[in-house]
Parts: sequence; structure tokens; C-alpha cells
Amino acid sequence: MARIQTTRRGVLAGGAGLLLGLTLPFGRGMAQQAATGPFAPNAFVRIGTDDVVTVMIKHIEMGQGPYTGLATLVAEELDADWSQMRAEGAPADGQAYANLAMGVQLTGGSTAIANSFMQMRKAGAAARAMLVAAAAEEWGVPAAEITVKAGVVAHEGTGRSSGFGALSQAASRLPVPEDPPVKAAEDFVLIGTDRPKLDTVAKSNGSAQFTMDVYRDNMLTVLVAHPPKFGATVAGFDDGDALAVPGVEMVRQIPSGVAVYATNTFAAMKGRNALKVDWDMTGAETRSTAQMFDSYSAAAAEGGQTVEETGDLSALDGAAQVLEAEYRFPFLAHAPMEPLDAVIELGGERAEMWFGSQFPGLDQPTVAEILGLPQDDVKINVLLAGGSFGRRAQGTAHLAAEAAEVAKAAGRDGAFKLVWTREDDVKGGHYRPMTVHRLRAGLDADGNIVGWENVVANQSILRGTAMEMMLQGGPDATSYEGSTNLPYQFGASRIGWAEMENPVSVLWWRSVGHTHTAYAVETFLDELLAAAGKDPVQGRLDLLPGDAARERGVIEKVAEMSGWSGSVRGDKGYGVAYTKSFNTYVAEVVEIEDRGGSPHVTRVWCAVDCGIAVNPNVIRAQMEGGIGYALGTALHDRISFSPGGEVEQSNFDDYPMLRISEMPQVEVEIIQSDADPTGVGEPGVPPLAPAMANAWRALTGNRQYELPFGGGSVA
Amino acid sequence: MTTFRVNGQDHDLDIDPDTPLLWVLRDELRLTGTKFGCGIAQCGACTVMMNGMPRRACVTPISMVEGSEITTIEGMDGPEISAVQAAWEAIDVPQCGWCQSGQVMSATALLQQIPNPTDEEINHAMAGNVCRCATYVRIRQAIHDAAATLEG
Repeated sequence: MARIQTTRRGVLAGGAGLLLGLTLPFGRGMAQQAATGPFAPNAFVRIGTDDVVTVMIKHIEMGQGPYTGLATLVAEELDADWSQMRAEGAPADGQAYANLAMGVQLTGGSTAIANSFMQMRKAGAAARAMLVAAAAEEWGVPAAEITVKAGVVAHEGTGRSSGFGALSQAASRLPVPEDPPVKAAEDFVLIGTDRPKLDTVAKSNGSAQFTMDVYRDNMLTVLVAHPPKFGATVAGFDDGDALAVPGVEMVRQIPSGVAVYATNTFAAMKGRNALKVDWDMTGAETRSTAQMFDSYSAAAAEGGQTVEETGDLSALDGAAQVLEAEYRFPFLAHAPMEPLDAVIELGGERAEMWFGSQFPGLDQPTVAEILGLPQDDVKINVLLAGGSFGRRAQGTAHLAAEAAEVAKAAGRDGAFKLVWTREDDVKGGHYRPMTVHRLRAGLDADGNIVGWENVVANQSILRGTAMEMMLQGGPDATSYEGSTNLPYQFGASRIGWAEMENPVSVLWWRSVGHTHTAYAVETFLDELLAAAGKDPVQGRLDLLPGDAARERGVIEKVAEMSGWSGSVRGDKGYGVAYTKSFNTYVAEVVEIEDRGGSPHVTRVWCAVDCGIAVNPNVIRAQMEGGIGYALGTALHDRISFSPGGEVEQSNFDDYPMLRISEMPQVEVEIIQSDADPTGVGEPGVPPLAPAMANAWRALTGNRQYELPFGGGSVA
Repeated sequence: MTTFRVNGQDHDLDIDPDTPLLWVLRDELRLTGTKFGCGIAQCGACTVMMNGMPRRACVTPISMVEGSEITTIEGMDGPEISAVQAAWEAIDVPQCGWCQSGQVMSATALLQQIPNPTDEEINHAMAGNVCRCATYVRIRQAIHDAAATLEG
């Protein structure tokens, strides 16, 4: 394997591809052998003799649409017909499939389209150029006279035409163009229009294959008993009762707990229930949520380290009015519908895995190290994932590592399916960090904002992970992003960050720092505008500098869509919020009703500017879904700790998901743009909760400084 | 020994009678369209038809299935599911897709009972099916579209 990778890298650097790269050094005989396979001009495009174009998708499909989006980019430049396009998850291969925004194979930060935009188009354009060259040679006509449209290569003068498949073998023997030209935006046929998603049919009839659906011969299903408190460890265990459960084959201690191996899932569950583990609580975290909040609050009051500063905040001393508020945000579990799972098979000094690896660039070397194998002998097949929202992109590779430890501890070759139950997932940490924001701002006598201070107290997400080096010794911006780089003109401002220590593990959660910063910033700003007697929409627009055209664009658009005419109409409240996250501009307006003292969101309007809209249908779906995801969280969700330090939630009965009866009507408009495309998986989330809180305050006068709405009290 | 029919096929299984139907379908019969989401009948990802009525397979012990007729998404047939799946495809309802088998099953059961449901009836019938991607706007729309197709 190592030999192949080296060869491929060398050739890829010159723009050539997988099969050609492997065969060129070996002469004619190998080239003919290669020609019996599909035409694969690069690591991304395969064209079979049956006209099917398969795009190897380097980003995991977990619902955000990269199978369709990246295939669209290839099809556009290939001039393929959409019906001939297929998508397949690319395996772990850090050289071929790196995220160009990050330098490693990782899906995250809403970057799939943005980093692939030119790469996938070039991949399609190279294949097209080779098909055209093959046709020109075969037909004896100039390549410049050949057209390609909807999967048909044609020459008008001779009346010749062909599908891709019939030309694919000839094309595979031609040199790969190094820098094929791509279309001008005005020539796009597919980009910017809607077409069926490639994974919809399989996901509507039960045939889509996810990790949990993988069954290998003689495979054992494995559940792990994890510590009941963060920082606790295994002191000892009694596996007698567990082994007495029919189907339970063995019990092993691994670094993350005690693993129960069984011939089926239910036996593994029963076996784990019967297992007796003695936990060493010496190093366990025992603080309750209330105690944690107290320490966070005290740290925020001390001001933290300055991460952004503009002007002189002593301007607040002369302010006519100063407002202050403290906001509290709980830990949050991602709770993807498919709990964490992974299949690993050991045999013949190799390991093969099947799972929703969101970070193959780290999962692969981590598994290799645990098993003592060369990295190239660990093959990772990246499968569809039943949601992630950040949960599967682990800077510690903890799931892949646990699967490898399970396989290693078995002490023999074989296949093992590691399954986390919903309780394992909800109690298992890797949460959105709990956070305190302390805000202070002043207004002058005319109601102008003259100073703004926001101090954020929470854990670093990157510290202690493989990505800590990205911090270069500085503060972790992922923990407070969205509190800095605001477009509003506040006069003087200071943003502080107090880094908190806590053994509860944290992770990025759909829209990361923006999950809390947008709420604190946009609700506090709304209060300031109200105190100054200003309209929430016009007040925001007045704070924007002259060159903030895209910010202005989405705010004005959402106001127009919602028929904005102030914060209260009849028995309904209206709130607006704006956020730029992952380089995408989003403004949302929420309509809310008071139903017996509880907020009920009836309608949401959303304006999004994400540059060129590759697949408008996917963008609208991500805004709708992001709004629902954010609404369910704002209404219901928190992970809390009891006195003593145990997680108080366990499943969907006490960590509720939004249900269809709570889902508002949603209208989405996409701003027309010729700017490079930016992310859509996360940016729909941040504005919803603050827009909702602003509407609720306008309607009822109640300020919500703590989330969720339904369960503000903490232990 | 438990005897029951799944998708028209008879099965006699010698299996722990406590085993939930969900894990029998998946681990023994390899019918993987029925999904595990919570294990406590809170999310509906495991919805199957038992004697023609929707049921959560994760809390249905196999001992309770004796003599019953089970239909999973793989074995569904008829105008309602065809209309539902066509409507799902027409507006691309699924995102991650994990819950969608259960959504399709519940939507089909709804249309079998109420051919032209209101939003309120949809909310009521579908409230047991969680979609973490929150594809609810489209689920609602697709059920209306399927109902319109069935009315012809």
C-alpha cells in the first residue's frame, strides 16, 4: 500500500490520476490491464463503460448534502446528465482526499463546498477534456469542433456522437491535462438549479447502508461500560454474571472502560447490565452544574484575557445609561439519531473499518498506532452517518480508538461492531461547552451605543486534542467566535475570554462558538436598542458601516420577507437576529405566540447569503433543519450534573428532541451572489434562538438569560 | 421457539424471549431498514407494522410477536407507501436519513387511516417520530402531497 500511495502522490502533484499514475511507470502491458477498469482520470471521477459517472466524495454524507453537492460540481464541468451521476464515500487517504481548507481529511466548519468548489470542477473538466480528445482521435476531427451536452459527446460536421462509456477506454490512455479550463459562471447549467439528491431514494426505502447495518462473518457486537463520572477509572470488575448471559463471549478491560462482547446486540446489552464494575472515583469530577456555573461566573467577572479591543472602554464611565447582564448556557449533547458505532475487522496483519469517520485524517493514524500497524494497513471505509452535528469529528479520535482497543483486547483476529446506546451517547460527554457570558454596554443621551464589553468563560475545545497546535499558544477562538469581529459600530469595545478547567469533555457542536455567542450578542443588542427606543431592524442597520453590503442585504431581505413592522402585532411577537458564521451571512425573523406562559414559535423567515448557490434546494433544507435543530435546543435541552457529578439526562425522554408539532413554518430566501460559495450546514442555527428570545421579550417583557427556555433552573 | 411472519415469510426462531423485535429483525434477519434510535419508544426510528398497525419494535419483546404478521419497510407494498415514497423523493425530505424509514412507516399508517389529514392530524400522528435533522417542514408537505396523489 505504501508503494501505491507514494506513486500516486508523485503523479497527482502533476495533475494525473489514480489508475494512470499506477500504470504509467510499468509500460504498455499494465496500461492495457488498467484499461479494463473504469476510466479514472483522478482520485475523484470514475466513468464506467455503462456511462455511469461515480464521484468519490471526500466529505462524509451525514445529511448536509455533499454527495449531491460535490457530484454537481463534477457533473457541471463534465457536462454530464444528472441521471448518470452516482456518489460514493471516499476512503481514508489523506493525500488524495484532504480538506483543502484544513490540510487533513476532515469534514467540518461547513467547508465541504467551499474547499471543493474548484477542485471538483477541475476534476470534472479534466475528464471532459480527455473524453473530447479521445473522440477527436477516434473520429479524426478537431477537438475544438466537438461539443458535450448532457452526457453526449458530439461532432456536428460528421454527425458522430457517443456517450461517455464508449469513449472511456480510449480516454483512459490519454495524458491527464494539468490545468483544464473551467466554465464561466454564466455558462453554468447545473450549478444554481435544483435537482434530485443522490441519496434520497435509498434513504426513503430503508436500503441506505449505515455503520450499524454492516454485518461481517462471525462478528461480535460490543458494548462498553463507561465511567459514571468524568475522571473516574476502572478499579476492578466481576464478569461472572455477564458471562452467564447466553451469547456473551468475553469481557475485557480497555482504557475507556470494560467491554462486553456478544454474538448479538441484545445479548451485549444484557451482558453489560449484568456486569459489575468497581469504579475508582479518586479523580472524578463531583461538582454540580450550579457549582460549575458559580466558578464560571466568578471568572467572567474578573474579565478574562483580552482577545479583541477597540478604542477606550472608559467611554462607559460617561454613559447616560449602562446595561449589564449575565448569560448562562448549559452543556449540550449532539444526539445524532444514529448513535456512535464502528465496525473493525482484524486479520492478516491488517485492519479494515467501516464507520461514519468524519476525521479520517486522525482516525486512521490513531488506530494504526494502537494496533501497531503501518497506517497504510488500516483501511477506513467512510459510510453514511445518521447525523453528526460535530459529534463524529473528534480531535481525540476517541471512537476509532475505542474500536481499535476493543479489537486489540479481544486477543484474536475477527470482526467487532462497537455500539453506543442512546444512554451512552447522552451521558458520554464531548458536549458543547457550558458557557457564561458577562455583558456590559453603555448608551449616550441620544441612545447611541458608546461602549461594549463581553467576557466569555468556558473551556477550550481544541486544548488537549490533536488540533491544539492550531492555537500556537494563543487563545482558542472556537470557544468565543461570534463575540469578536462583529460588524456593528459600538464605539469602544473589549472582548475577554476566561479559559475554564473542567474534566467534562467538550467538542464542537453545530455552529460551535456561535451557538452561544450569537444568543448573548443579539439579545443584549436588542435590549440596548429597546432602551434607546430604536426599532430592532433599523437599529441594527444603523450600526453597520457603509461597506457592510452583505450584512445589510440579509437583514433587509428578511425584514421584507416577514413584512417587518415592529416587534408586536396583535397577539404575536416578532424578533430578528443576524449572524455571520462560517463566512455565510444569515438573518432570521421569528414569530412567536404566548401559549399559557410558554413560547410557541409559529413562523420563521430566513435570508441567507452563501455566495454562489450550488444547490438551492440543499441550502434551503439546511436552513430549515438548522432552524429546527436550534429551536428544539432552545426550548428543551441541557446536560446538567447532579450534586456529586453525575449526568442527569439519559435519553430522549429527559433530553427531548424537537417534534413535528413544534416545528414552525419556515420560509428561506437565498441572496443572489457571484461570490465564492460558503458553508450552509451550520449557519442556519445561530440566529434562531436570539431572534426567538427577542420576540418573546417584545411580546411578554420576559428576558431569558439562561437556556433552555423550558428548563432554566439548574441543580 | 417463536413463530411469526415477516414480510410474508414464516420464521421459527429459538431466541431469548426478551429480545426486542428490533434486534431480531436486524441481527437475525438482517432487515436493517428498521433503525435503532433510543430503545425506549421515544423516537420512532424502529417503527414497523404488526398485524397492520404501526408499532415500536425496540420495546416489543419477540415473545409478544408469536403468531403475528410483521411488515418492515423492506416488505411494504400498496398505494399509500408508494405515494409516500414518491412524495419523499419529489421534495428530497431526508437529510441524514437515519429516522426516515420510521417516518415513512408512520406516514403510510396515517394515510391508511386518514386519507387526507390536516396539519393537526399530521402533527398528532407523526409526533412520535423524531428527526434530529428537523426535516419536519418537508415531512408535513410530503404527506399532503402523497394524500393529493392518492385522491387522484
